[in-house]
Amino acid sequence: MKLIVAIIQPYRLEEVKEALYAADIHLITVSEVLGHGRQKGATEVYRGNHESGNLLRKIRLEIAVNEEYVEPCLEALQTGARTGELGDGKIFVYHLEECIRIRTGERGEKAIG
Amino acid sequence: MTSDLSAHISGANTVWVLLSAALVMFMTVPALGMFYGGLVKKKNVLNIMMQSFTSLGVVSLIWVSFGYSLAFSPGELIPGILGDFKWAMLSGIGPSDLSPYFVSDSVGRIPHIAFVMFQCMFAVITPAVISGALAERMKFSAFVLFVIVWTVFIYIPLTHMMWSANGLFAKEGLADFAGGTVVEINSGFSALAAALFLGRRRYLKSLPPHNLTYTLCGAAMLWFGWFGFNAGSGLAADGLAAMAFLNTNMAGAAAACVWAALDWIIQKKPTILGFATGGVAGLVVITPAAGFVSLGGALLLGALAGVFCYGMVVFVKNKMGYDDSLDAFGVHGIAGLVGILGTGLLANPAITRGFAMNGGKGIAGLMYGNPALLSVQAQAALVTIVISFGGSLIILKVLDMLIGVRVSAKEEAMGLDVTQHNERAYTILE
Repeated sequence: MKLIVAIIQPYRLEEVKEALYAADIHLITVSEVLGHGRQKGATEVYRGNHESGNLLRKIRLEIAVNEEYVEPCLEALQTGARTGELGDGKIFVYHLEECIRIRTGERGEKAIG
Repeated sequence: MTSDLSAHISGANTVWVLLSAALVMFMTVPALGMFYGGLVKKKNVLNIMMQSFTSLGVVSLIWVSFGYSLAFSPGELIPGILGDFKWAMLSGIGPSDLSPYFVSDSVGRIPHIAFVMFQCMFAVITPAVISGALAERMKFSAFVLFVIVWTVFIYIPLTHMMWSANGLFAKEGLADFAGGTVVEINSGFSALAAALFLGRRRYLKSLPPHNLTYTLCGAAMLWFGWFGFNAGSGLAADGLAAMAFLNTNMAGAAAACVWAALDWIIQKKPTILGFATGGVAGLVVITPAAGFVSLGGALLLGALAGVFCYGMVVFVKNKMGYDDSLDAFGVHGIAGLVGILGTGLLANPAITRGFAMNGGKGIAGLMYGNPALLSVQAQAALVTIVISFGGSLIILKVLDMLIGVRVSAKEEAMGLDVTQHNERAYTILE
């Protein structure tokens, strides 16, 4: 089992969801987060005052999958989120120790899907 | 401005002036509170709104206790500068008494009490405007004391000088329709003094305005309220009120469009914050002029306010480095000055001819052959600047020695909502 965490551009969320659904992956957790990578944040102008270094809005996805879904999931995330521009984001893959479905108490691979 | 025993109370005038007083109250809270509140960090929004509410509460009480009397009573503790206590607690002022003050007497007067309340709301909003310059770093206790002392020693004498029957500049023929000196230059230069005295905020660059939609709603409500502020200042529901109403809207519109156009050219994008700020600058500039200038004069003043305030807020302030947090000086001080001098230039006697001021002959500025008016306007502006700037510095210095005016670095970092009021505007869960 793996936990896949992706940081993506907010405006790519719909495309990413479509790509995940197409790969038969439906269980995702989405949160709004702030951050920036190499592009070092945004500059905004208020009454002519240039405010630079602002953290950018990003979307963080968490997806727990069984081994056979790892590659399709990574493909789907890249397909949906990639624009080729700076700021497209990152994907992190973690080993997942355990998974429990709270409603039934099921554990492991049965509990994920 | 003399009493006429044959005058009577006009229902129409009374309705309009009471409604206008309510509109000016609405400009303080919520309008000004929201205009400023959206511009600060979210940890300080309650504090800045509280400052406007505090003005409404504290200044209202000062006003009826003795403030109105010192500002407008006919007796004089200091000739030309301060009235006496004859009308303290509004003693001797009953429901059927006629207002001794009127600008256009063509269709009857208003009750004295209506004049007291209309002026009360002007006294309320003026210190609230200053709060924009001291945002996010002033102790609330110091703010409350500042409002009290400032109202008594600065606002009331200036009001007496500019607007009361025996006032120094009122007798010289000052043309200040709705408060270019008393409200706008006064709050603007007091704001500059406060910004300089308090010093810059820490963490200045880190965050943008926390909720511009508040600011825009606030700006729209200010614009709405300004119709009462300016068109009510004739104290009658007549043609002059309609003229002031027209000029108010058009100056605001001209300044808003000029500011947005400058943004578009210089910053490459038209910002809505710029549009709203320009609108307020236009409403400020027309405040002293609303009942004196023609439509062309209003449009010209609006455009000038857009240019001057843009230059002050965008270039001069950022270059000089003083922290007029929400541009109380850059907008109110500068546009107020442009407006009061502009009235001296552009006052058109055709607008005021037939109304009570100047014996019905109308009030003329330099462009209409009367250089004396511009001289009075300039003197009144200068005196206002000296009293408001110097007086505010002295008050802040004394308060700083007594209780300290600035919050600690830790309190500033934690935010004034939690540290000054034990409250929080927004929660994260539920």
